[in-house]
This record gives sequence, structure tokens and C-alpha cells, in this order.
Amino acid sequence: MIAIVDYRAGNLASVARALDFLGYRHTVTDRADVLAKAERIILPGVGAAGAAMENLRQLGLDRALRREIIESGKPFLGICIGIQILLEASEEDNATCLGIIQGKAVRFPTTINGRKLKVPQIGWNRVRLIREHPLFKGIGDGNYFYFVNSYYPKPHDPQLVLATAEYGVEFCAALAWQNVMATQFHVEKSGEAGLEVLNNFCRW
Amino acid sequence: MLSRRIIPCLDVRAGKVTKGVTFLDNRDVGDPVAMARYYYEQGADEIVFYDITASNERRRIILDVVARVAREIFIPFTVGGGLRDLSDIRAVLLAGAEKISIDSGAVRNPKLISEAARAFGSQCVVLSMQVARRPPSPNIPSGYEVFIDGGRQATGIDAIQWAKRGEELGAGELCINSIDRDGTALGYELELTRQIVEAVSIPVIASGGAGSPHHVLEAFVQAGADAAIVASIVHYGRYTIPEIKRYLHEHGVPVRQAFVRRGE
Repeated sequence: MIAIVDYRAGNLASVARALDFLGYRHTVTDRADVLAKAERIILPGVGAAGAAMENLRQLGLDRALRREIIESGKPFLGICIGIQILLEASEEDNATCLGIIQGKAVRFPTTINGRKLKVPQIGWNRVRLIREHPLFKGIGDGNYFYFVNSYYPKPHDPQLVLATAEYGVEFCAALAWQNVMATQFHVEKSGEAGLEVLNNFCRW
Repeated sequence: MLSRRIIPCLDVRAGKVTKGVTFLDNRDVGDPVAMARYYYEQGADEIVFYDITASNERRRIILDVVARVAREIFIPFTVGGGLRDLSDIRAVLLAGAEKISIDSGAVRNPKLISEAARAFGSQCVVLSMQVARRPPSPNIPSGYEVFIDGGRQATGIDAIQWAKRGEELGAGELCINSIDRDGTALGYELELTRQIVEAVSIPVIASGGAGSPHHVLEAFVQAGADAAIVASIVHYGRYTIPEIKRYLHEHGVPVRQAFVRRGE
């Protein structure tokens, strides 16, 4: 069973539908005991880092997530806001985040060489694969994925970066560390390419 | 760098698409789910549904369509038409739409834009506007006026001003429909689109008038649009989405190509 974490933000239903389409059993939950029984955990989401963290704390899910990810070593996938709150902090709302991965989420610049950069980035961006990982098994370099974000993850350790994309700056589009995998793009809205990444996570 | 988006638009009336898609089987013509799946498989970057007979009793029908589409289409899709308040918007998003498009409802009640942006995030609020060319006047200095109710009702609002106001109120994207060009296949209203692209810092979608891949190229290169709505050009099989994308690619416009597996 795959647990989709419900923290009162996020577009949970679209991830659930993608798992249905791929044929994986799942449950949408806000309970620590359900996370404890799950085989895998997905933290999806749109929304703001501050609100997401506040909701996780109020539901007691921040500690539960750290326990399941770090101590139990469960396969974990963070999507969009889910990649950002894995880090120690976010410039958005100056939020203190889960701190599972060292680093922080930073805002895209608003201008590049004097030209305005539209923030948030909304659309399909080309993703360059930086290193081999089962999450991108069978997926060619340079496929497009769907992004909606004003902030991007900046992990301390550049070795964790799996893939990058360019939007004013080159930024981390996916990362992995041990049992933790995360994408800044929406796997559930990125067509066939995104479904393939989600499928790879479910088989990891 | 983001690709430029090609967005097929389907007009839905009482749960059925009102224009046929030539390549579909007869049994699928009119079925919004089949048409959405067809365009998804063709490489559409997004899909828009307009519920053109949005009345309260019809609302349940479009919600059912949205829910069925969402189970099969894994790209963003937008639903618009007759959304008047937050509960209309919430229902469409809960049914599975990624974004909502508001138009006449936002002109009548501009607070709807800010309330929707606060409740659901700017990224899912598309402000759609119907615009026609007019002789410039003190009220309409740009010579482009906003209309409502299917282009029937003039508002006395300048389109460029309304675009800026929409951005300030929290719209995440603007969709600019040219009444003059709609259905003409003469090309997009480039000057209007360009003026709005220059006036705002959010993505702008050009709509109305596409008759050839070259028109789509013009919307991107000359007007600077981020995305282009296509309707009859693809519905009647004159061109396919891959043909349009190939033309754009050959002319240096970044477009999302079909998914490439490793080793292929």
C-alpha cells in the first residue's frame, strides 16, 4: 500500500488518479499510524511551504515523516512542494522545513540580464539527467516535464541532484538520497514521461 | 527554458463537445473524454474545456465530464464557462481540473479573481477575456474593448487596463480571445496579444483565429505569447498537433516533443 500524505494543501486526487491508472493500491491519509503501516509514502502538493509545514506539524506528521523516512527507511517520493519541504528551510514564508536533506528552497530571480523572468514558472520544461538512478530508468535525456513553481530546491550536496532544468538559472529538478526521491515537476501532470517516473518510484 | 504550449479548446454543451474531431470514430465524436484522450495522445500540452451552456442544472454534467477526463488525461486541464463564485470554482477543481478560467464572472465581480487566487493559488486562476477592436476613445485608449456574455455585451473597459488589473488581482495567466478573429482562420490578433504581453509579467495565451501552423508561429514570435489555443484548425483535421509542433520546431520555437525512452 502506498500512502499519499494529506496535509490539507496539495492536489492529492491527481496523484491518486495517476496511481489508479498505473494499477497501484494507495490510501490518502493524515494519520501517523497509517504512514507506519504503508510500504511507500508520497508527499505531493501545490501550495506554500509555510502553510504546508504548519499543517504537517498540527497533524503531527512532521515527526511521523522523519521517523518513516529516516528510521524505517521507507521509499519516499516528494513532489513539487514535497521536494522543497524535505530541505532545512524555504525562503517562502521563511519556513523551517523537515530538514531531512541539507539545503534550502530559494526563489527564482525576477530578472535575468535586465529582462523580466515570469515567476512562477508555469509550463513544460526540458529536464537534463545528471546521474544514473532507478527513478529515471528507461527515460531519455531531455524529456519535458510540467512545472508550477516560484521556488526551487538547492541541496547542499550537489551529488544528490539527479536532474536539472533551466529557468533563468539552472536548478535542481529532481534529487535522490538513499530511500528519498523527489521531483520539482509534477509527475502526475507530465504525461507519459511523468507516469514513467511515478511507476519507477513504485517499483524502486 | 519553457516550451511554448499548444492548447486545444473544446466547447462543451450539455456534456457533449459541439465541434467534431475529424479523426475520431463516429461513436466518439461529441464525447469530451474521447476527444481529450485523443489530443492527449497527440501531444497537446494542456486541454481547455468551455462549458458554453453553463447553467446551474447543467453544472453537474460538466463536473461529471471533468471527473471522467481527469482519470485518463495526465496533463493539466482547464475548465471555464459560467463560473460565478468560489463554490463553482471549488467544485470544478475538486472534480479534477488543474485550473479554472473565469471571464464574464470576473468582469462583473473582479473580487472573484483575488478570492480565487487566495483560496486556490494564482497558478490555477486563468483570467480569460473576450476582446474586440474599437476606434480608440478616452475610455478605450488602446482601441481594444472587453466584452462579456459570449461577446454580446460591451463593457466600456479597455483590454490592456483589464489585463493589468487582472494581474494585480492575482490571476496566474491571461487568455486573450479575439472576437474579431474567432473562427476566421485569418491568424491571431497579434497586435492586441503583443500589447498585453508587454503590459504584464504573467503568461499570456493567444486565442482566436489560428488557421495554419504559421499563424501559431506568429503568435509566439511576433506577439510573444506563451501559449496558443487551437480549435477548428485541429478539430477538422486540417492540421494535427504534431504537424504544428514540427513546424514550430523547424522555426526555432521550443516545443515539447513526444516522450523519448532511453535507447530509442
